[in-house]
Amino acid sequence: MKIRTIVILAVVAIALGGISLWMGQQAYTWFPPQAAAEAVLIDNLFSFLVTIATFIVLGVTGTVTYVALFQRAGKYDSSDGPPIEGSITLEVVWTTIPFLLVVWIATYSYQIYDQMSVLGPMEHMHLGMAPAEAAPMGAGTSDAEPMERIEVLSRQWAWEFRYPEHNVTSTELHLPNNQRVTLALTSEDVIHGFYIPAFRLKQDAVPNEVINFELTPIREGTYRLRDSQYSGTYFAAMQTDVVVESPEAHEQWLAMAATQPPQESYNQAFDEYQQKYEQDTPAGWPSVIPAAPPVVNYASPESQPI
Amino acid sequence: MVTSIEEITPSGEQPSPGTPESWRRFFSFSTDHKVIGIQYIVTSFVFFLVGGIFAMIIRGELITPEADLIDRTVYNAMFTMHGTVMLFLWTFPVLAGLANYLVPLMIGARDMAFPRLNAAAFWMVPIFGIILMASFLVPGGPSQSGWWAYPPVSLQNPTGLLLNGQFLWILAVALSGISSIMGAVNIVTTIFRMRAPGMTFFKMPAFVWTVMSAQIIQLFGLPALTAGAVMLLFDLSVGTSFFDPAQGGDPVLYQHFFWFYSHPAVYVIILPIFGIFSELFPVYARKPLFGYKVVVLSSVVIVILSGIVWVHHMYASGTPGWMRMLFMFSTMLISVPTGIKVFAWVATMWGGKIRLTSAMLFALGGLIMFVFAGVTGIMLASVPVDIHVNNTYFVVGHFHYVIYGATVMGVYAAIYHWFPKMTGRMYNEGLGKLHFVLTFIGANLNFFPMHPLGLQGMPRRVASYDPEFAFWNVLASIGGFLLGMSTLPFILNMIGSWIQGEKAPKNPWRAIGLEWLVSSPPSHENFESLPVVVAEPYGYGKSEPLVSNLDALEVAHESN
Repeated sequence: MKIRTIVILAVVAIALGGISLWMGQQAYTWFPPQAAAEAVLIDNLFSFLVTIATFIVLGVTGTVTYVALFQRAGKYDSSDGPPIEGSITLEVVWTTIPFLLVVWIATYSYQIYDQMSVLGPMEHMHLGMAPAEAAPMGAGTSDAEPMERIEVLSRQWAWEFRYPEHNVTSTELHLPNNQRVTLALTSEDVIHGFYIPAFRLKQDAVPNEVINFELTPIREGTYRLRDSQYSGTYFAAMQTDVVVESPEAHEQWLAMAATQPPQESYNQAFDEYQQKYEQDTPAGWPSVIPAAPPVVNYASPESQPI
Repeated sequence: MVTSIEEITPSGEQPSPGTPESWRRFFSFSTDHKVIGIQYIVTSFVFFLVGGIFAMIIRGELITPEADLIDRTVYNAMFTMHGTVMLFLWTFPVLAGLANYLVPLMIGARDMAFPRLNAAAFWMVPIFGIILMASFLVPGGPSQSGWWAYPPVSLQNPTGLLLNGQFLWILAVALSGISSIMGAVNIVTTIFRMRAPGMTFFKMPAFVWTVMSAQIIQLFGLPALTAGAVMLLFDLSVGTSFFDPAQGGDPVLYQHFFWFYSHPAVYVIILPIFGIFSELFPVYARKPLFGYKVVVLSSVVIVILSGIVWVHHMYASGTPGWMRMLFMFSTMLISVPTGIKVFAWVATMWGGKIRLTSAMLFALGGLIMFVFAGVTGIMLASVPVDIHVNNTYFVVGHFHYVIYGATVMGVYAAIYHWFPKMTGRMYNEGLGKLHFVLTFIGANLNFFPMHPLGLQGMPRRVASYDPEFAFWNVLASIGGFLLGMSTLPFILNMIGSWIQGEKAPKNPWRAIGLEWLVSSPPSHENFESLPVVVAEPYGYGKSEPLVSNLDALEVAHESN
C-alpha cells in the first residue's frame, strides 16, 4: 500500500516534470524574434520560469480537480471527514521548498540582469570586465572604439533620434548589428516608455533627466518601437520602426541621411488631431495639442504622408 | 462558572427608524452592522455593473485594431474610470461590506466598536461615487490619466478650468481614502476589543484574521496615498511643483507615494479572499482547516512583506539597478507565505467529503485562477522578465486573474455562502451553477489571451494596436461580453431568492462558527447573551461544542 502510493506519486511527478520541460521549450515560441543579445538572456530565464510555473499550476490544479471529482460526499452522507488538523512535517516541507525555489529564481534573475547591464554595469562589476554575454566579441565596452551614442527624444507624440557625431536626425531608429550602443533617453513633456518588444527591452524616459540605456542588436531586420508608459491622448499612436542593419549599411545610411535637408516628417498624432478639428463638432473631449511633427533628415518611409 | 459581565439589555430607542426589520432600514442611516454590511455590498455591486459597462466599451473598441468605436479621449477616460470604479467603488466597498457583516457575528459581538462612524464611512461611498460620475459632466470630461494618475500626464489640463475631471477624480479618491481609514479604525478596534468571552486570537476564524491583517495595511499605507494625492491636487490646482518637472518637481517621487500604498492595497483586497477560502473549504470538505495557526500567521507575514515591495511596479521607471534587485528579492519572498496558504487549502480538501455547492464551485474556481495569477506574479517579480512585459497586457492579464479570477470569484463564493444568513432565504443552486460556469469560462476567455498579447509586446492602455494582435483581442472581447452576461443569472437569483426563496434554517451548511448558531437573519443585536467560546474554529469531525451557552444565545422566538 505504502509502496504503491510512492510509485504513483513518482510516476505523476515524472509525468508533470516532462510536461513542464516541454512547456518551457514551447515558451520560446511565444515571443517576437530575438533581435538583441538581451532577448536571448531574458527568453532563457522566462523559459525556466515557465517550466517551474507549469509544474506548480498542473500540480495544484490536478490535485484540486481530482479531489473535486473523486472525493465527493455521497448524496445522503452527512458525516464529516477525518479531523486532521495539520502536519508539522508537511508544513516545514512546503515552506522550505518554496523558499529555496525563490532564492534560486531570484539569484538566477539577478545574474541575468547583471549580464544585461542595460543601465551600465552595476558597481560591484567594475573590474574591467565587459558585460559577458550581452556584448558579442569584438564589440562593446571592451573594445577600444567608443560605443555609439544615440540621443532619443520623446514628446507627445513623436519619437526623434539624433546621431550627434554624424549630424543626422531621424524619426526611425537605425542601429548597427552586433554592436553595443548607448541610447540617451530624454523626454520634453511627460514620461514616455522606450520599448522594443523584439529586444525585450524597456526603459522610461523621464523629463529633466537623461537615462543612458545600453543594448546590443543581433539580428538584422525591421522591428516596432512603442511607447510603453501611458502618455495621454495619442499614446497608442506613438510608435515607429527600428532598423537593425549591418555596420556597413549603417555607415552608408548615416552618410546618406546627412546629405538630406531636414524636412517635416509625417506624424500620426498630429495628423489625426488636425483631421479631428477640421470637423465642426469634434468627437470626445479636448486633448493636449500634439507637438509639431519632427523636422528631420530622415523620415520613416512607411509613414510618409500620402 | 463564567458569569457574563455583559448583562446589558438593549434599552432606549432603536437607532433605525420604524421597526428594526423594516426594509426601509436599508435606505437609512442605520447603525446596525448587518444593515451597513448589506448596504455596502448592494451599493458596490451597482458600481460593479457600471465598471463592467466601461469594460465592455473598452473591449468593444479593442475588438478591432483601429481606434474606430470611440474617440481616443473617450477611450482613455473609459479605462481610467473602469480601474477607479472597480477598485474604489466595487472591490474595497464590497470587502468592507463582508467584513462589516461577518466580523461582529464571527467574534461574538453585538455590533462594531463605533456604529455611527461605521454608518458615516458607508455613506461616503455613494457620495464619492456620485462625485466621480459627475466628472462625465464637466467640460473637459473625466480624468484620462489612468487610475495611477501619474504626473505629468495627470497635471496636463487641456481645458484650463479649475473644475476638471482630474480634480474631481482626486477628490473622490481622497474621500474614498478617508472612508477606508474610518472603516479600518473601526474594524481593527472591534477585533481587538469586542471579542466574546473565550474568543482568544487563536480561536478567531481565519476570515477575521485576514480582515484584521488587511485593515492594518490600510492604516499604515493610506496616509502615503493621501499625502501623494494632496500634493498632486496642489500641483494641479494651485500651481505648486512637487511633481511637475517643468518647474523642477520630481514625477518619479509620486510613483513612490502611489505604489507605497497601492501595492499593499492588493493585499488589502486579496487577504479577505484568502479568509473566505479558509472558511469555505473546511465547510464543504467537512475537515478542519489544515494548519490553522500557520495559515493565520502567514497573513501577518504578508502584511509585513507587503510594505517593502512597492518598487516592483517601477522596474522600468527611473530607478537604479540596486533598487530593482532589492525589491525583486522582497517581492518573491511573498510567494512563500502565500504558497503556505494554497498548500494548506489543498490539504484541507484532500480526503474530505466534498460538496460542490455554488459557493464551493466559486471558491475552487477562484483558487485555481489565483494559482495561475501567482505563477505569473513570480515572472513579473523577476526584473529581466518584467523589463520586457512591464506595462504590457501580460500585467493586465496577471492582475485580472487576481482581481477577477480570485477576488470577484471569492466574493461571489462568500455571497452565496452567507446569503441564507443575510436574507433568511436559500438561493437557487441551478442558477448559481449557471452563473459559475459563465463566469469561469468568461473570465478565462477574457483574461488568458492577455498573456500572449503581452509577451508579443502589446502595451496596456492603447486604444489602437498593430493588426498582428487582433486574434487574441477578439477572443478577449468575446470573453468580456460573456462576463457581462454572467451577471444576469446572479442578479435574477439574488433578487428572486431574497423575495421568494425557501426559508433558511439557522445553519443550512452544517457549518461551525458563531454566526451559524443564531437565527437567519440574526436579530437586531445578534446575541441575547454573549457566547462563551470553548473550542477552536474548525472542529469538523470532532463533534465538540463551540460555545458553552448555546441555549442562551437567543431568546426563544414568539412564534415557531
